[in-house]
Amino acid sequence: MWTTVCELKAIVPGTGVCALVGDAQIAIFRPHADDTVYAIANIDPFAEASVLSRGLICEHQGELWVASPLKKQRFRLRDGLCLENRDYSVASYAVRVSDGRIEVQN
Amino acid sequence: MAKTRLIVVGNGMVGQRFLEELCEKGNPAAFDITVFCAEPRVAYDRVHLSSYFSHHTDEDLSLVKPGFFEKYGISVLVGEAVKQIDTAQKQVHSNKGKILPYDKLVMATGSYPWVPPIAGSAHHECFVYRTIEDLNAIESAAKQGKSGVVIGGGLLGLEAAGALKALGLDTHVVEYAPVLMAEQLDRMGGEMLRRKINSLGVSVHTSRNTVNIAMHGGRTGLHRLNFADGSTLDTDVIVFSTGIRPQDTLARYSGLFVSERGGIVINDQCVTSNPDIYAIGECASWHGQYFGLVAPGYKMAQVAADHLLGRKELNFTGADMSAKLKLLGVSVGSIGDAHGRTPGSRNYIFQDDQAGIYKKIVVSPDGTKLIGAVLVGDVDDYGQLLQMKLNDLPVPEHPDTLILPAYAGAKPAMGVDALPASAVICSCFDVSKQRIADAVAAGCHTVAAIKAETGAGTGCGGCVPLIAQVLNAELAKQGIEVKNHLCEHFPHSRQELFHLVKVGGLKTFGEVIAKHGHGYGCEVCKPTVGSILATVHNDYILKPEHTPLQDTNDVFLGNMQKDGTYSVIPRMAGGEVTPEGLLAVAQVAKDFQLYTKITGAQRIGLFGAHKGDLPEIWRRLIDAGFETGQAYGKSLRMVKTCVGSTWCRFGVQDSVGLGVELEHRYKGIRTPHKMKFGVSGCTRECAEAQGKDVGIIATDAGWNLFVGGNGGMKPRHADLLASDLDHDTLLRYLDRFLMFYATTADKLQRTATWLESLDGGIDYLREVIVDDRLELGAQLEADMAEVRAKYECEWKATVEDTSQHARFAHFINSPAHDPNVQFVPARAQHRPASPAERKIIPIKPVETV
Ligand code: SRM
Ligand SMILES: Cc1cc2nc3c(=O)[nH]c(=O)nc-3n(C[C@H](O)[C@H](O)[C@H](O)COP(=O)(O)OP(=O)(O)OC[C@H]3O[C@@H](n4cnc5c(N)ncnc54)[C@H](O)[C@@H]3O)c2cc1C
Ligand code: SF4
Ligand code: FES
Repeated sequence: MWTTVCELKAIVPGTGVCALVGDAQIAIFRPHADDTVYAIANIDPFAEASVLSRGLICEHQGELWVASPLKKQRFRLRDGLCLENRDYSVASYAVRVSDGRIEVQN
Repeated sequence: MAKTRLIVVGNGMVGQRFLEELCEKGNPAAFDITVFCAEPRVAYDRVHLSSYFSHHTDEDLSLVKPGFFEKYGISVLVGEAVKQIDTAQKQVHSNKGKILPYDKLVMATGSYPWVPPIAGSAHHECFVYRTIEDLNAIESAAKQGKSGVVIGGGLLGLEAAGALKALGLDTHVVEYAPVLMAEQLDRMGGEMLRRKINSLGVSVHTSRNTVNIAMHGGRTGLHRLNFADGSTLDTDVIVFSTGIRPQDTLARYSGLFVSERGGIVINDQCVTSNPDIYAIGECASWHGQYFGLVAPGYKMAQVAADHLLGRKELNFTGADMSAKLKLLGVSVGSIGDAHGRTPGSRNYIFQDDQAGIYKKIVVSPDGTKLIGAVLVGDVDDYGQLLQMKLNDLPVPEHPDTLILPAYAGAKPAMGVDALPASAVICSCFDVSKQRIADAVAAGCHTVAAIKAETGAGTGCGGCVPLIAQVLNAELAKQGIEVKNHLCEHFPHSRQELFHLVKVGGLKTFGEVIAKHGHGYGCEVCKPTVGSILATVHNDYILKPEHTPLQDTNDVFLGNMQKDGTYSVIPRMAGGEVTPEGLLAVAQVAKDFQLYTKITGAQRIGLFGAHKGDLPEIWRRLIDAGFETGQAYGKSLRMVKTCVGSTWCRFGVQDSVGLGVELEHRYKGIRTPHKMKFGVSGCTRECAEAQGKDVGIIATDAGWNLFVGGNGGMKPRHADLLASDLDHDTLLRYLDRFLMFYATTADKLQRTATWLESLDGGIDYLREVIVDDRLELGAQLEADMAEVRAKYECEWKATVEDTSQHARFAHFINSPAHDPNVQFVPARAQHRPASPAERKIIPIKPVETV
């Protein structure tokens, strides 16, 4: 099921936001000014705090990650893989933009 | 010469490792290689199998580098198993009817999970935990069920329990023995582990012998486990983790010698009873023993490959079975003779029930050597203890100091220098200290480069801290200066970039990276460039083009706390605050339920603010006359003052007056790191000014100016820069000093470390600031005047710019607060609930009023 979350333009390019989809807190990132978006779980698995959407988006190994705002562990935007310790990887969600609105699959 | 026809049976972790050893270090052209891979996919990382549940992409677990098989012309038969080896004809028969001849053959068939012959264990919802297929099956069963039981409380069983818990099942572990992980832990260690696991919500049932499993179908679960003592347990999903057995069936039928306890018999060269057949990994039995860990298998892969290549010096000599693991979030370590079975051995034990820590070391009867250890709840000592055991290093006079907590006194530091060159740092890949030193000498100057070069640290990862230590020691030894490039995106130091930004008049990160860097940027260069832009232009940092650059705290203008809430610290320049101000702060604290304390910097800190409440909290504080204290910024924090001549009978100057003036003069300016000032009214130094970046002490004739002091991790007393200054000269020198620091320091360098890195130290600095030898003085003062003129309270700007407020809501699509934020009472106030205390409450978007 696709759930509409917000308008694409509600996200400042280069940052993320947190959305509530069902019971899940989902971080949605918009790395560029275009309509590329990614969605992973918002809960930092190290601190178990709901903060990943507030991290810095960064590029390493030719891919985009978000550095947790708490202790800087990095999670890959496309699939939630944790660079520091893959056992702490987080879930990722299918996400798309249609009609200027962001939709997440849950 | 004809190629040697080589068949490898099994493409698991060890089989793949063998191929790499053979091809990458040997002579692949001499071989014609065929690999049988019974699983539907090529080799993957079984050690990290559980991570499959969190992202479900088998490529991430794959151990085969892209193009590997093609590069060496290896033919891989995926989904095809060998069902018979005809040793007389030297050919193999596959389950798909293929017959292939071989000259040499390698068995790498691994092991299989052993399931005890309990009635009912063949039911649909009974699983094992070894392959990706097993995990897929468990996951789909878990979707239907509510509860799960793991039978077997060993290392793998607890790993499986963690997975069931993560899948949302009410999870139980059933163990036949009286303790968990009986193989690796002693009784007390096992008991501590049980308590910790219980407290995480997984029920542990020890000393339970399951006699049968009945189909039950009731509301309490599909199955009923009946135990020998008459008790029962109802559950939906069952996972067996009752041990592994070497996969030696094929070898048995092919006439190879098989050990009594299972496993294909091999000699020290990994050759089986047939001279043309090798066996490596979990399927092999060496001196009657098989190894259920990957490191010994990797060693065998190396030995067998060398032997095949005609290099005969390497032997398999057994393996160390020490292990460090994190099970269900509990760290556990076990080294050598964990049970202290060596006659006459001495035990030393430390136990802390409150924190859930148990540590034991076992020392040789003569008290000189470490022979074993058990660590539960705190495994920080693992690396050091393991190296001590493996290298027979002498134990200190009081061995218990090795495991006592730091507050009990100084720990005997072993230091990597104590390790011999031959010490194995990474046991997964058998990489010695010497090998790492060689890699460093050959140009690997980061842990990542060492990993890529030697493979060290890419297995279980347990050795990474040690690799970093060896790296640093080697760099220091070889006198190598580490390049101070900002990061992979900028081939410049911070100092160079500062000049490029200033001279080029660059205004945004986009411009800077397009001109002087490449790529997208990262968590290192973005905040650094953000800080440089702020120092040079002093723009509002939350303009849309700057927001993505800001570090955690700057993004929402507050310090993020461990639970994702924020602290609120208004400026109280010089430490002054009016009673009305206090009342306003108190009212805000009450209305928004904020925990209140006097901070280490002598201001009032309000903690635990929801992000969404921040704009309203600050609107109220600003209305009451406050402004941001920038406790979050790399900028001036505060000026600590003593009451000085205004009140104090000893004071000789107005320290509070000067402190307030300085705080307002320099507030808001972004610097490479935070800055703290102190002003004392006389030589008694009640403001501890010499421990600050800038310290000013009153004299009869004026002010003494000290710089480069620091508290924190490495306290440093400030150095005297100039004495008996009048007020205006003091300000001029300060302008110059601060701007010179902002221009030339490295990223995140406090004034203390900066001063220590300056060639010529304080004397050189005095020449620049006081004597103006570089003739920079006027420019530095002008630059400072320019940024000072642009000061605005960024919280005021944010409160007034209503377009910013949406960013502060926790959810973009709901007005609810973060339900993950929960508090528990503490003394007369409250604190964040720990994850364990936090009840997982279902979040319905509760409308807030
Ligand atoms: C809030 C406060 C503790 C308190 O409740 O009392 C505090 C809290 C933090 N300090 Fe501090 N420090 C606080 C006063 C101090 C002091 C005392 C002082 O300023 O006189 C020191 C020693 C003096 C000094 O800095 O030289 C201090 C030395 C540090 C250091 C070590 C700096 C160093 O150079 O060694 C760090 C780490 C860092 O900055 O890299 C640090 C870092 C931090 C961080 C940022 C740690 C973090 O990453 O979360 C904390 C975040 C602030 C927050 O959550 O609000 N804090 N910290 C104090 C500041 C509140 C305020 O601004 O009013
Ligand atoms: C969940 C889990 C966690 C683990 N954690 C750790 C850990 O933290 N540390 C550690 O050191 N070890 C750990 N292990 C053990 C580690 O995974 C094994 O030691 C390692 O995989 C052994 O490698 P292997 O190549 O000998 O066997 P395997 O990796 O099992 O490979 C054998 C392969 O051979 C195939 N095969 C068998 N017979 C045939 C045939 N006749 N024809 C063709 N193919 C055949 C099998 O299907 C299999 O793919 C863990 C294991 C599991 C399951
Ligand atoms: S430093 Fe001097 S003036 Fe300040 S309180 Fe102490 S004695 Fe008084
Ligand atoms: S010891 Fe496992 S990766 Fe080095």
